Amino acid sequence: MSGIFTFWRANKKTSASIAKDRLQVLVAHERSANQQPDWMPKMQREILEVIRKYVPIASDDLKMEVRNEGENVSVIEINVDYPIGK
Amino acid sequence: MSKGKVFVVTSGKGGVGKTTTSASVAAGLALAGKKTVVIDFDVGLRNLDLILGCERKVVFDFIQALKKECKLNQAIIHVKQISDNLYMIPASQTRDKDHLSHEGVKEIISQLVEDFDYVICDSPAGIEKGAKMAMYFADEAIVVTNPEISSVRDSDRILGFLDSSTRLAEEEGKRIPQHLLITRYSPDRVESGEMLSIQDIDDILSIPLVGVIPESRVVLDSSNQGKPVVLNSQDPAGQAYEDVIKRLLGDDVPMRFTEIEKKSFLGRLFGGR
Repeated sequence: MSGIFTFWRANKKTSASIAKDRLQVLVAHERSANQQPDWMPKMQREILEVIRKYVPIASDDLKMEVRNEGENVSVIEINVDYPIGK
Repeated sequence: MSKGKVFVVTSGKGGVGKTTTSASVAAGLALAGKKTVVIDFDVGLRNLDLILGCERKVVFDFIQALKKECKLNQAIIHVKQISDNLYMIPASQTRDKDHLSHEGVKEIISQLVEDFDYVICDSPAGIEKGAKMAMYFADEAIVVTNPEISSVRDSDRILGFLDSSTRLAEEEGKRIPQHLLITRYSPDRVESGEMLSIQDIDDILSIPLVGVIPESRVVLDSSNQGKPVVLNSQDPAGQAYEDVIKRLLGDDVPMRFTEIEKKSFLGRLFGGR
């Protein structure tokens, strides 16, 4: 019987599924933020200063993340967006 | 005698049922024949004594025992109106939680595990010192979560701390076993799509489920009387806590009260709400 009701509701998103979607995004983000090493914020500030000697960028144009790639390898990923022609 | 096992009951968020759970788990273990002591770590906001109905027996407290202003035995209250095997240590109501020293807590817990089968640490809400101390010496954790977005998020934060900030993690690089306990669950609200389901919570937190306590008016009623919910064996919430105890003791008991109850015809006529 619940099958029929589920069918009726199928095209309408329930508030529980909205909650789940929001949580999944948030929790994934917070987990990766919490797993960043302690030296990360300082290194990020220093790299930002170096880049700014050459290119004017805003602080949120620099994105850094440490990711585990397999058992013995971690990768520091650095992404810098900067405006062309300025 | 082998050493007792230390459990922390924690959640991050307040008001989700940590103290209710600590009281019921401790009482249930005691009634199952295990000598159990439950410690209130919520310094300044003592409440476990009320839930266990022994608020008038409090003379000395945890901090006094820790600072050696009294003997440990003097701070332990025998809750014999519930079970001969049940003991509790009240939190201090006046002292600041800064008195919760690492060495002090370690010394008390290492004495308790010599005498008791189970030591239950009732954590305060939050991620401050009291909560950190309550989990640090634990062998296993019970994470209490409501099917509610902020509670699930806070539980995930607590799981992060449980992974990294316990004695076992720091000294031996081990992760302590973690058990998820969902409280205030309403299968009919899950069915109508307004409450996160067990599956939804599991998808996010992914730790083993030790129990699901259904929403019940008996929980408030039990607190009012100072009798842990687990003593109410007529009510689904009490029965669900009984199941939790069995699972903690190693029995494989199926989950109950997680689906909508199908009322009989007469039940529907006379049952009401």
